[in-house]
Amino acid sequence: MIGQVPTTGADRMQRILADARDRGGPGQPMLILKDIKRHFPIRKGVMNRTVGHVQAVDGVSLTVMKGEILGVVGESGCGKSTLSRLMMRLVEPDTGEMIFDGDLVDDKVGLTTRRLRRQMQMVFQDSFSSLNPRMPIEETIAFAPMMNGSSRSDAIAAARALLDQVGLSAAMFARRYPHELSGGQRQRVNIARALAVNPRVVILDEAVSALDKSVEAQVLQLLIRLQEEMDLTYVFVSHDLNVVRYISDRIAVMYLGRIVETGSVDEIWDNPRHPYTQALLASIPSLDPDRRTMAAPIYGDPPNPINPPSGCRFRTRCPFAETCCEMHDPAAVTLPGSSAHAVSCHMENEASGHSRVGTNARIAEVTQ
Amino acid sequence: MTSYAKDTGSEFPSVSSYRDLKVQESPGYWAMVRKRILRDPVTLISAAILLVIILSAILAPVLAPYDPYVGNIMTRMKPVGFEGHLLGTDETGRDMLSRLLFGGRLSLIAGVVPVSIALLIGGSLGITAGFFGGLVNTVIMRVTDVFYAFPSILLAIAICGMLGTGLFNTLLSLTLVFIPPIVRISESVTTQVRNLDFVEAARASGAGSFALMRYQVLPNVLAPILVYTTSLVSLSIILAAGLSFLGLGVSAPAAEWGLMLNSLRQMIYIDPVLAALPGVLIFATSMCFNLISDGLRSAMDVRLKV
Repeated sequence: MIGQVPTTGADRMQRILADARDRGGPGQPMLILKDIKRHFPIRKGVMNRTVGHVQAVDGVSLTVMKGEILGVVGESGCGKSTLSRLMMRLVEPDTGEMIFDGDLVDDKVGLTTRRLRRQMQMVFQDSFSSLNPRMPIEETIAFAPMMNGSSRSDAIAAARALLDQVGLSAAMFARRYPHELSGGQRQRVNIARALAVNPRVVILDEAVSALDKSVEAQVLQLLIRLQEEMDLTYVFVSHDLNVVRYISDRIAVMYLGRIVETGSVDEIWDNPRHPYTQALLASIPSLDPDRRTMAAPIYGDPPNPINPPSGCRFRTRCPFAETCCEMHDPAAVTLPGSSAHAVSCHMENEASGHSRVGTNARIAEVTQ
Repeated sequence: MTSYAKDTGSEFPSVSSYRDLKVQESPGYWAMVRKRILRDPVTLISAAILLVIILSAILAPVLAPYDPYVGNIMTRMKPVGFEGHLLGTDETGRDMLSRLLFGGRLSLIAGVVPVSIALLIGGSLGITAGFFGGLVNTVIMRVTDVFYAFPSILLAIAICGMLGTGLFNTLLSLTLVFIPPIVRISESVTTQVRNLDFVEAARASGAGSFALMRYQVLPNVLAPILVYTTSLVSLSIILAAGLSFLGLGVSAPAAEWGLMLNSLRQMIYIDPVLAALPGVLIFATSMCFNLISDGLRSAMDVRLKV
């Protein structure tokens, strides 16, 4: 099954590097996030006094390689959407830096937000509210190229070509309004809109989550085809583990504003090391009636991001939590033998003093 | 794990071949609004009456049988239907029909002009305040709030009393009166629209603030602002008539409905029908504007959600 996922082959890499906009060369990741933080202030009262902060994204470091599909998974409210908006610079980070193909994204000294957005686009979750209800869809798609200097006739012709490419007949659909389309068709329009500026990276923020299963499958196929044809890099944000496993090359697991584990799809699936990742995987309903999940692997809601737990953020729901988890923030540890599999858990760090270090503890042993 | 059928995708023609593509047209929002208005008899009838009133005001010099400013002292206070004077004559013997036709010009101008100017100024201010939020919003909205401290009619009287009488001052004071409510309405609808994803998506495409307001926000806030503004026209006609009635608007001998109502007031015991005529026209015109505004509201309230 995993074999179907397109991997960055040599000729594909050649094409990506042949792009005139490529600056960093083969070794340079497409996107690097370094300790990105964004806390939203909560204001109250007549004086607009700040009474606290929602720690939506709290120190995320992430690398997206050229031509890959990186899946970002996590529960609702863990900061996935804020993370995608941070990458698009629709939300400015408080601290931390972002490097796009070797260039620091910074309006003063580096790559400007405007230039970044010509190379990176985003597809939003809500297919209806992300389309202007008073605009025919071809004009929505043509809007970005026109804003970037294309003539109207060029932009409209290109928009119609894109409509055909995303599987909507331009002759039939070009002049339609969003309310005349189904959810799947609207999401195809959103994808076409994102591709209209010919970006290198597309962020898919829960792009297929609101669609029903058969339409979801079609749109996923479309995304995979477009990624191959246009040599795109995807950041695929979702809460649906099956979908993420299906489409991604690598996965980053997010919990309460932090990345807890990253690795290739196979490593995460076969050897999940963080208790939260294990719990997430165990929560996928099995289709086999003999192997029904009888007990929920973790209970309760994630803690309030306004006042997150000290130390490891998962400790309040983790069956292996000990004093050291309360005292110290676990650092990301790269597992020996695999260069890309990193876990932020004290049980993987010999210096942490956790009693289960190296025991490869599984959450399943405790809950069942 | 589910296995999905492969999306094959075929070869696509080049972009240039799309230049002359024949595309199926789709009825847009305004086409739907038009269709709904054409099915609404009340709005259509009001529009027809209003059209007659507007046309007769424009064509007053052609239609009026007499000079509206020259009276004949021998034929004063003649009743409706008097020979040679279809609607009778007023207290100085001027033909009522001619005066009412000419009076429509001033009253309609007093209704439409201040509201249109207020729509331009108030609409831009409100959309700007709603779109940018933050400090810009605070400054614009708090200044607007100051005007809310006075009832609109008192404010109009105060400004008019300060500036003096005359058509220009009436229009100016009414414009100032109507800006704050339009700012409020535009600000509140813009605030709702600007947080929707499509504005964010358009921002992500590199569009500047002005382009976002012009192409993304404006088409989506226009309908509610227009509906509200239409309802203000009738209020403006009444306020203008009221100012003239109080002697603060245009002054005699100008033909204006409110002023005519005032000067015929003393004659109400002699000929009440004659005295009521200007009032009837004020009522009919403002009623038409109100009914049209209602019709627009229901026609534009197309729920485009699926």
